[in-house]
Amino acid sequence: MSEKAIPNEARPALDARARLDKLDNVEDVDAGKIATNIMHFARVLRSAGLPVGPGKVIEGIKAVETIGIDNREDFYWALHAVFVNRRDQREIFDQAFHIFWRNPKLLERMASLVLPSFVDPEAQQQAEEMNRRLAEALKQNPPDTPGEGEGNGEEEDPDITVDAVMTWSANEVLQETDFEKMSSEELEAAKRAIARMRLPIMEVPTRRFKRDSGGRRIDMRNTLRAAMRGGGASIPLQFRKRKRRHPPLVVLCDISGSMSRYSRMVLHFMHAITNDRDRVHTFLFGTRLTNVTRQLRNKDVDEALDKVGEAVDDWSGGTRIGHSLHDFNTNWSRRVLGQGAVVLFISDGLDRDAADGLEREIERLHMSCRRLIWLNPLLRYDRYEPKSLGARALLPHVDEFRSIHNLDNLEQLSEVLTKPALDKGFGHNPWQEAAE
Amino acid sequence: MSNIPENVEDTLKLLGLGNYVSDRSLATAVHLSLQLGRPLFLEGEAGVGKTEIAKVLSETLGRKLVRLQCYEGLDVASAVYEWNYSSQMIEIRMAEAEGVKDRDQLGNDIFSDKFLIRRPLLQALEPSDGGAPVLLIDELDRTDEAFEAYLLEVLSDFQITIPEIGTVKAAETPIVIITSNRTREIHDALKRRCFYYWVDYPDAERELEILAIKAPQANEELSRQVVEFVQRLRAMDLFKVPGIAETIDWASALHQLDIIELTPDAIEDTLGVLLKYQDDIAKIRGSEAAKILDEVKSEIATAQLASG
Repeated sequence: MSEKAIPNEARPALDARARLDKLDNVEDVDAGKIATNIMHFARVLRSAGLPVGPGKVIEGIKAVETIGIDNREDFYWALHAVFVNRRDQREIFDQAFHIFWRNPKLLERMASLVLPSFVDPEAQQQAEEMNRRLAEALKQNPPDTPGEGEGNGEEEDPDITVDAVMTWSANEVLQETDFEKMSSEELEAAKRAIARMRLPIMEVPTRRFKRDSGGRRIDMRNTLRAAMRGGGASIPLQFRKRKRRHPPLVVLCDISGSMSRYSRMVLHFMHAITNDRDRVHTFLFGTRLTNVTRQLRNKDVDEALDKVGEAVDDWSGGTRIGHSLHDFNTNWSRRVLGQGAVVLFISDGLDRDAADGLEREIERLHMSCRRLIWLNPLLRYDRYEPKSLGARALLPHVDEFRSIHNLDNLEQLSEVLTKPALDKGFGHNPWQEAAE
Repeated sequence: MSNIPENVEDTLKLLGLGNYVSDRSLATAVHLSLQLGRPLFLEGEAGVGKTEIAKVLSETLGRKLVRLQCYEGLDVASAVYEWNYSSQMIEIRMAEAEGVKDRDQLGNDIFSDKFLIRRPLLQALEPSDGGAPVLLIDELDRTDEAFEAYLLEVLSDFQITIPEIGTVKAAETPIVIITSNRTREIHDALKRRCFYYWVDYPDAERELEILAIKAPQANEELSRQVVEFVQRLRAMDLFKVPGIAETIDWASALHQLDIIELTPDAIEDTLGVLLKYQDDIAKIRGSEAAKILDEVKSEIATAQLASG
């Protein structure tokens, strides 16, 4: 097999050359240009936000040499296999491909206008006009156009699709929000508060081990090594024990109008906790659900909050808890709750949809996670009782209910979360009685 | 002992030989991965036939299949290699009894090939008859990030370092298939080293082809109804829509019950094969199922009129 391997490897490349030589009048592609064109195509994809480095360009060229260019479909899928590495990139790739390989120059001109990375405010007016026309032009083409219309869940999908981005100008007027900059004292205080905070989440044993002289299991590998050090005359036992680790944490936070006075605080909290430990996922919802984990990973808190402000469209509007949870359950729960996550649900339980479908969704969420903690900041009075429809639907399905009376700073927030649970059993919950 | 296919067409035929009905797009990705010796990263919902691809490749290419099933906390001892401690202990005792004084010699004896237990990753690097094996790393999303990081070295250089022995390098690059159900995102660094393919649910026509091969006992009429019904379910808002595996199971189950045509009762009795969540079953059972069935039947009737 090894003797045959060399001609085998060389052949496709030669074939591709030979075919290319014959194909000089086909589209814009000819032998000398194909590599250059792949490079340009890669650049377009990069500017559209796909992680395409120089290594990928070389791979792309190799892949095309292997496949040849006499079949457009194979060519498409070869580049697809190289350049795409997440499901949500497929749409962008597909559209870019169809435009680019028909006329590369057209796309380069348009790239800055159409694709999501575009952030030049000066050309925005011009862009706005272009967008609709382009959207129409492109809509005739995509093979897999997502469902249209309001509220069917497609738009809320955090996956960036070219379609969604280009239709913003025709949509409802959505609010962006600015956050006051955080002072350095505040920053320090926040860091201290987070460092002190202990979430009421048990650490769980993992299946990995670490050396520990007080451990209960014998670490055979190290025992043998130690024995060898002593020449095998004696075998000094070494021990190990299980490593323990926090389960992943998922924060779902309400940013509707009734919660707006807390949103800055809560976002600071979310930022601190996202950067403090691994495996944290953060989502915001009002009328729609947005995954802001990536934005909050930014180390600088002000910058992170700016980005969140840009990414989220529904600040201080209404709340559709049931709808947002449904979105979370269908699109995200399998991806982020897979490893026994704890869910921290921050909301006042006031729901615009009058708790329509909420109970079913919260039940589904409760069943998919290790522990569901509801943090309610509405309770400004000691005698508050959760009587709203939303709260009544939510209460029977949470493992733990925490309230906060006067949320002014992060210390209070972390203090509330650090307190031991009210009721550890799964039986009777005092707050459930209040809801009835 | 067949060789690696030379073009996409042959790859498609090869998969067909193994009874795998594939899209040309998937065949292209498989072909690239075989030709350029890079891992193929398959992502998709449960039950769309990701694992099957590795099995089919190993079968049709006549290669050994080495499977690494991932789970949370998978470690080097169960994925790569482990020392056979009890044998080593005995060896030390023997040496002691014989009065061996040479420490280095003893060390070399204890940590030698004889006491090495090879786990899947190491096995995959070893030469075997009929060419390099097919290495299936199944459900990578179930392990943690630490193991993923370990895989980076293995998958880019195809070598493994064992401190006591040295570096083991694959003479011939194994064919690597990685699957993920996307219960979490796999890091870009790993995906970057692979060819990526999202395995989707098949369209009606292809699903019918798959049924004809995988559940040949079911008659054509029933198969068509089953496929149309499942296709409609997939368009609905369910927590977990049925995969291809469920379609095949359902067709076989209906056949086992001697059902030759879908009826509301038949669906009612067998819905558990298709849907695995109580909410979903409650949603579909009864009038909803009957409604979908009516649509399916009228659609098939119109299609037959049009063709006949």
